[in-house]
Amino acid sequence: MKFFTRKRSAVSAKERLQLVLVHDRTDLTPAQLEALKDDLLKAISQYIDIDREAVQIGLEREGRSQRLVADIPLLITSRRRAG
Amino acid sequence: MTAQVITVTSGKGGVGKTTAVANLATALAADGKKVVCIDGDIGLRNLDVVMGLENRIVYDIVDVIEGRCKLKQAMIRDKHYPEMYLIPAAQTRDKNAVSPSDMVRICNDLRPDADFVIIDSPAGIERGFRNAIAAADRVLVVTNPEVSAVRDADRVVGILEAEEKGSPALILNRLNQALVRNNDMLSAEDVLDLLGIQLIGIVPEDESVIISSNRGAPVVNDPKSRAGQAFRNIAKRIQGQDVPFMDLDLQSGLWGAIQKFAGRK
Repeated sequence: MKFFTRKRSAVSAKERLQLVLVHDRTDLTPAQLEALKDDLLKAISQYIDIDREAVQIGLEREGRSQRLVADIPLLITSRRRAG
Repeated sequence: MTAQVITVTSGKGGVGKTTAVANLATALAADGKKVVCIDGDIGLRNLDVVMGLENRIVYDIVDVIEGRCKLKQAMIRDKHYPEMYLIPAAQTRDKNAVSPSDMVRICNDLRPDADFVIIDSPAGIERGFRNAIAAADRVLVVTNPEVSAVRDADRVVGILEAEEKGSPALILNRLNQALVRNNDMLSAEDVLDLLGIQLIGIVPEDESVIISSNRGAPVVNDPKSRAGQAFRNIAKRIQGQDVPFMDLDLQSGLWGAIQKFAGRK
């Protein structure tokens, strides 16, 4: 696609619908999803060091089913307990 | 005979539910089936005018439920197909005049003497919608390729699944192939991917639908209408026939003419 043309409207429509349907189906607002992510990361951080900048958590759909997908990279740190 | 009860619903209003019901019923009747249509939109009766039967109404569905008439008396015979009937909605403002069990009872009374009972659901997901799906053996969801209609259709599909009504089939109505080609309208593939349900038909946008509803004569009676052809095909699929989907690229006047001229199809 040429960079100076706007995205075709059907593409925007589909992208926007993909997002809104995921939230409609789970009955989870974007704000609630953010809170869920924060709580999830807090819980995980109590056990292992994670790379918070690189975390990706989101809802995905496959046909009519939904899944919560989390990709949480761990930080490579010197073993704290070794010292 | 044991009629199959088919409910046509959509979530959003104005996407073409009533038009779909009138046309599918007429196409089924033209195929020799005995069909009873029920207008489920209590307070906002419309199937009668779309079918051109508004002047024949004496009794309505609430009269049946409240015992003012027999079921047969509220069944209005169609002008052209003597085996097609309409049970009109009442114009009462009492939304609770009909219950889901009333609809189940009426449909069960109709089943032995018909091939198909087709229920026109009101828009929304409230009482009228619940009534309309209560007796359904099969649900058809109508949508347009627009964000609001697709979103509402998805809500309805979710409710139908939660109610264990099975997965409904989709009628994608008013598809404008010229806009799709220009990437300015969601394609059938897009809508199917978003909704995740099976497709039973795509109806092209066609001004003959408006013209025929002005006259109270469903567009399936117009052999030249593309939308009419699409509804006839859906009626065949409802009867279990395997009908290929139409080549919608032929619909747009100029492009179609160019293609024909170029001998491409």
